[in-house]
Amino acid sequence: MTPASPMTALALRDRIISGELSAVEVCRAALARIERDDVAIHAFQSLMPERALARAEDIDRDPSRFRDKPLAGVPVAIKDNIATRGHVTTAGSRLLERFAPPYDADAVERLDAAGAVLIGKTTLDEFGMGSSTDFSAFGPARNPWAMDRTPGGSSGGSAAAVAAGFVPIALGSDTGGSIRQPAAFCGVTGLKPTYGRVSRFGLVAFASSLDQIGTFGRGVADAAAALQVIAGRDPRDATSADATPIAWQPGSPMARGTRIGVPSADLEMGVHPEVREAFERALDELVAAGATRVDIALPSSRAALAAYYLIATAEASSNLARFDGVRYGARVAADTLDQMYARTRTAGFGPEVRRRIMLGTYALSAGHYDEYYMQAQKVRARIRHEFEAAFEQADVLAMPSSPVPAFALGDRVADPLGMYYADVFTVGANLAGLPAIGVPCGFTSGDDGPMLPIGLQLIGAAWDEARMLTVAETYERRTSWLTRTPGAPA
Amino acid sequence: MVTREEAARIAALAKLELTGEDLDRAARDLAEILGYVEQIAAVDTAGIEPSPGVWVAPPLRDDTVGAMLNADETFANAPDADRAAGLFRVPRVLG
Repeated sequence: MTPASPMTALALRDRIISGELSAVEVCRAALARIERDDVAIHAFQSLMPERALARAEDIDRDPSRFRDKPLAGVPVAIKDNIATRGHVTTAGSRLLERFAPPYDADAVERLDAAGAVLIGKTTLDEFGMGSSTDFSAFGPARNPWAMDRTPGGSSGGSAAAVAAGFVPIALGSDTGGSIRQPAAFCGVTGLKPTYGRVSRFGLVAFASSLDQIGTFGRGVADAAAALQVIAGRDPRDATSADATPIAWQPGSPMARGTRIGVPSADLEMGVHPEVREAFERALDELVAAGATRVDIALPSSRAALAAYYLIATAEASSNLARFDGVRYGARVAADTLDQMYARTRTAGFGPEVRRRIMLGTYALSAGHYDEYYMQAQKVRARIRHEFEAAFEQADVLAMPSSPVPAFALGDRVADPLGMYYADVFTVGANLAGLPAIGVPCGFTSGDDGPMLPIGLQLIGAAWDEARMLTVAETYERRTSWLTRTPGAPA
Repeated sequence: MVTREEAARIAALAKLELTGEDLDRAARDLAEILGYVEQIAAVDTAGIEPSPGVWVAPPLRDDTVGAMLNADETFANAPDADRAAGLFRVPRVLG
């Protein structure tokens, strides 16, 4: 049995605080559902029942002590590249199969302090490198809407866990779309904040200038509440900012004439006709709600994807140098230190990670640095300027989250460029450090396969999550996509 | 076009041990992806300063001692360590 429409995190919290629901019972029910249905979906890489139940029992002893805790008793899933103290954090890699971090990530500490019940760790592409979870060393997750389809990636497990109704909230990380694209594929809400909003302390680094932890919820209010909990300056991440907190509340009215900027030329970039149609209808809905549609241009959009793959892989090749078999992770024995490094890394990294390390090393190597890495950084600067210009004409930008609905698992494993193309609409916000949110905006007709969710992406100006959330929630309230849920896995 | 020799040179820099079919495959993949990313050369970036990232302020801090891991935490995940001596053990460094 799948509940028609799972309770929101905020409703669940209120009933636990009032004593109407037991935190332990909510926790046990979540674990039982996962036990039963996740064999098929594989949203979870591992569960943390002891940690979860200890917290839930603590709440039930005296719920009133948790009255000021915004996520008291709410089951939350954590992407498995985010550190959990004493609990295996694989980052989807064989190399970290038995790695138990000595500390919690800052975002995990903050969830803990907010009373959340941390249920388990979710499936991802190895080190976040992929758009489908096909590149998890431990097997992919499946899309709850259609089991032969990918849930998207790299935070596919987190998106699937929320879509399946296992948990109301999950953490993900987004380097080039890894929250928004799986949110689109799974019909849930995915929120990537402004770069610097959330500490990266305890996030296994992929590309440090792009990586940002963010949240999933079924709806905007839950995703936003979770972001408000994990946001804030942390001295352990020098790039985390001392920013004004996100002052946003559910139900904030959208100002009449809010300008929605649409990069019309970009909609020609290989967008599936049904995605295009759903996107246009979503814009019409926003206009009907009082927004004004304005055309904007992001002339370097196509080049953005190429620049992204150079910058992300260059940073990854440097970040992943730490996996050398010395301080942590699996080691392959060898006679000399140099052989040990090479054999450990070759055996420990999967094919996509090796491919990206090779590209990144190439882009940074003598003779290629200026042509590739430096030029990519200049393109990045240009893209930032183009976004700045767009925000002089518009308050929030809109485009699809993904050019296509969920593709079949395994479909693009042998086609790296096809896999990279899934990120064409999402990398811009990472390159420019902007906040972005993906919300459900319809379904495919099902004429040529299963009915699959479609996602609308909204991008805000830096540090202006609030206005973006208002537009997203205004849209959500005028539509009924969230009343649909996938059935239990067959 | 990326030659086998060039792919081998990059693999050595990246501390990856690719041989045989794996090396051929790496050269082919590298060539295909480079063929795609080369389009950035066509973007007019005259007079544009490269952007390494998006920061409100330069991410610098004072060089002071902060909290750190204790010895047990430090060695807990090590594949090979001499805890008593406080050392990570590795194969011999000099041939």
